Order: sequence, then structure tokens, then C-alpha cells
Amino acid sequence: MSINLHNLKKKIIKICTNAKEGHIPSALSILDIVWVLYDKILKIDSQNLEDPSRDYFILSKGHASLALYVVLIEKGFLNDEILENFGKFNSILGGHPSRNKVPGVEASTGSLGHGLPIAVGLALGLKIKQMNNRVFVMVGDGEANEGTVWEAALLAAHHKLSNLCCIVDYNHSTDRALLVGDLVSKFQSFGWEALTVDGHNQEEILKVLSVRPSSKPLAIVAETIKGKGFKIMENNPAWHHKFPTEEELKILLEE
Amino acid sequence: MRKQFVVTLESLLSEDKRITLLLGDIGVFGFHQAFEKYPERVYNIGILEQATIGLASGLAMLDLIPVVHTIAPFLVERSFEQLKIDFAYQKLGGNFISVGASYDYAALGCTHHCPGDVGILKTIPGMEIITPGTDKEFDSLFRQCYANGKPTYFRLSEKNNTESSEVHFGKANVIKKGTKATVIAIGTMLDLVLEATKDFDVTLLYYTTLAPFDSQTLKENSESGRILLCEPYYSGALSSNIVKALFPQKIIFDTLGVPCEFMENYGKAEEHDKYIGLTVENIKLRIKQLVYA
Repeated sequence: MSINLHNLKKKIIKICTNAKEGHIPSALSILDIVWVLYDKILKIDSQNLEDPSRDYFILSKGHASLALYVVLIEKGFLNDEILENFGKFNSILGGHPSRNKVPGVEASTGSLGHGLPIAVGLALGLKIKQMNNRVFVMVGDGEANEGTVWEAALLAAHHKLSNLCCIVDYNHSTDRALLVGDLVSKFQSFGWEALTVDGHNQEEILKVLSVRPSSKPLAIVAETIKGKGFKIMENNPAWHHKFPTEEELKILLEE
Repeated sequence: MRKQFVVTLESLLSEDKRITLLLGDIGVFGFHQAFEKYPERVYNIGILEQATIGLASGLAMLDLIPVVHTIAPFLVERSFEQLKIDFAYQKLGGNFISVGASYDYAALGCTHHCPGDVGILKTIPGMEIITPGTDKEFDSLFRQCYANGKPTYFRLSEKNNTESSEVHFGKANVIKKGTKATVIAIGTMLDLVLEATKDFDVTLLYYTTLAPFDSQTLKENSESGRILLCEPYYSGALSSNIVKALFPQKIIFDTLGVPCEFMENYGKAEEHDKYIGLTVENIKLRIKQLVYA
């Protein structure tokens, strides 16, 4: 059953307007996936964050942090009030998430191309420790320009890290710069199991995230829309790091 | 030092089940016994240094202790951002063991030189930098630090000082006391500096830990206010530490080390030492200039 995430989307837009910081369209692009992860897939207890048997999620495209923050709040990892301070001097919530500040954030990301290698290390480490936890990581299609993504892809396949799932938020934001093409074929050619999904269809997302190959890492290429839910933002690069005026906010909230 | 690295690691791999060794497709034969004994914790990870450092930080998140080993420019310069963010910013512990200090691999050319390692690593908050002068010093310093939860760089060299000192992490050694000047020798510079200072009435300090810098020992042994810093990498990497440690004392300060230029000749490291003036004669000359300045 799909959940309407409109309240979370509104929250993202309001916070960005107040803080004059944040990447709204990137957050909206991944929100359905992050929601399904925390609602149905990840075995994480918000009251026992150091539990060694927990599943891990790394948001490698850290600029989409607002989607993660609102889901962590919704799921009881964080208090709602702290969102009001987003981006402020003493806030624990910045434009990119920090593992040493935000409960539930596993890795400090922002510089693209770091999350997948870290996730490979977690997955290999869990294998060394003979633990059964899963590691999920989300990268963007622009991020897939980075060489470290493909270095890590080689490593994950070589070490048969079937406990690793890499979700690509394929919102085509990189198309204007460097085409990454058919990512399913690319991951398959690197030795991964690879599937594609509509990144805004929660039921389909749940199905593919529930897949656990026996000896290969899993890549899920999620077709998404940057700015999903707000027509003036959808696939409009001008909004990548833009904050609504009060007037624009009214229009957006009415939509 | 490379052989000692193998001996030290083989010993610690058996003692500490948290250690995970990642080789960048070098030193593989040396570790063949470790590969057989600990296949789940010893990897020839391949030639992908940036992802290797990232991967190592993932291991560290699980309280494993990664030890990453490859040639200095690839470990430090190619993977700099991963060292900075994945380890230092995330406050994770790991050990990074380089070989090929400065121009040890002289005949291989500039792509394999790395005299900039100490200078650039010093810009990373919390990064520990260690330059052992002998095999025994490496063994001692590694055992003291490898599990301290910090990112730690060990700079191994093909050069070895003749004798080992008893070294302690974070602490400089006072090799001798004098009155006219204080000469600071870093790691493998000690043999040259010892020889050069034997007829001078100077204090000789020996540093194997460069970060964190031991300001106290310098403060207590710089009465003359005349300081000569002798470094086996790009000259002057520790200058700011020295000036800050001695403030507000008035000092006359000189540095001797590798000049900031590409060393495009090949040959042997010793030939480069002579070419750039890392010699006993030149150190003597610089001490004289300092004492009579």
C-alpha cells in the first residue's frame, strides 16, 4: 500500500524556504525510495542505533539530505523541532549529513563518489564478521560519473558482496553534462545483479528492495523525476539549489 | 623497513583479530604466509587506491582495524580526499603505510616520488604522521598506535639510520644537549645530522612523530633561539609548528630539506641527496651560518 508523502514534501519545501539552504528537487527525487527503505526494509531500531545487527543505509548523494531528515523524523530517530534549525550555525542538520551529529546517519557524505566504497567496506566487514546484515547505499546518476563508483563496483562483485544493494537515483540530471547510458547493463557487465524500477512507485520499490541475490551485489536503477510532485520544479535544473520566495512557496503548497 | 612491516604485521595479525590488511597489489609475495593463514583478513585489493581508502573506512565503522599499504604518491596524493573525509572527518581509525619515501624510487621517475606527503597530510585535522628512522622504531611506533582509533600515516623509507632510539609516540628525543643552536632531525635524517653535529656545541632533537607535534620538548631545548630544521621531504613542512611552539621567543630559523621542484633525474636516491645538498658537509655549513648569523 502506497503512502502519500505530501506532508513530508511540504515540510521539505517549507524548511528550505526558511533556511535558504538545501537541494529540494534532489530530495523529492529520492523521497519515495527512502521512505520505503525505512518503513519496510531496513532492520534498524531507532532506540538502539548502535545495534551491531542493524541494517545500514548510506545516502551517498548527501545533498538530498532533507529527504533523509524528514524520514528519520517521521520514524522517530529525530525530534521534529530540530528541523527548524536546519542549516543554522549550531544545528546538527546541515546541507549534507554528518554521522557524528545526526542520530541514524551512518556516513558523512557530500563529496560525491564516497558512499559506495564505504558501503563496500561495510559489506565486506560484515562478511568478515560472518554477520547477515544488509547494506544499502544510494548514489545519483551524476555521481555515477565518479570513477570511485566503478572502482567500488568492481570490488563488490569480486568479493561477492550479496549483502550490498546500491540504489541509483536515475533522475537524469547528468544528461546535460555526461551521459551515463544504460546503467542496468553497466552494473551487469561489472558482475552485479541489476534491476530497474519506477522510483516513485512504492509497491514496486518494495518488491525490488526485497530481492537478495545469493552471490552477487544488487544494483537497483530507479527511474525518478527530479523535483517530483511540483510541476514548476520537475526536471527544471534552475531549481537544483534554489529556494522558493514566499510567493512561490504559496503556489507550491497549493499544488 | 618494508621487511619489518611484514614481520610486525604477521605478528599482530595473529594477536589481534580486528586487523585487516589491504595491499594495493604491492608487497604481495612478502605477505604470502599471511594470505594463507588469514585469508579473511588479508587482501590484495587491487590498484584502486581511492575506493580502497573508502572501503577501509567502512571496515573501521565495524570496529575492524584497517591497514592499507601501497606506494606513497598513490596512498597519499591520489587518495587525499578519502583520507580527509572518510577517515579524519568521520573520526575513524586506520593505518596507512607507505613505501617509496620522497625519491627512494629515484630511477622510476617523478610519478613515483612523493616528497609532498608530510606537508599535505598536515592539512588534515587529526591525521597522525609518523616517520620512523629504523625497522625497530617502526615496529615500536606501530604497536603503540595502530589501535588508537585515529587515522595514522607511517612513512616507510628505503633508508635506515644506523642505530635505533627508544621512541615514544608524540614525543621527541633529546639526542644531545649544547648551547649554540638546536638542530632538529626528522626520521631518516638522523644519521647525517648526527655526523654533521658531532663537532658542534649544539642541541640535537630527533622527531619520529610529526603530528601531533611535540612542542614541549622543543620549547625546553631551544635556549639559543637558533634553530635548524632538517627534513627528508619538501623542506619546511614543520615550520609553522616550530614558530608557533617558540612564540614569543625571538628565533633565527633555517630549514634544510627537499626543494619544491620535480627531480627529473633518475639514478639512486643518494645521488639526489648530493644534488640537492642533503649531505653532512651542507648541514655543517648551515649550522655554521646559523651559529654566526
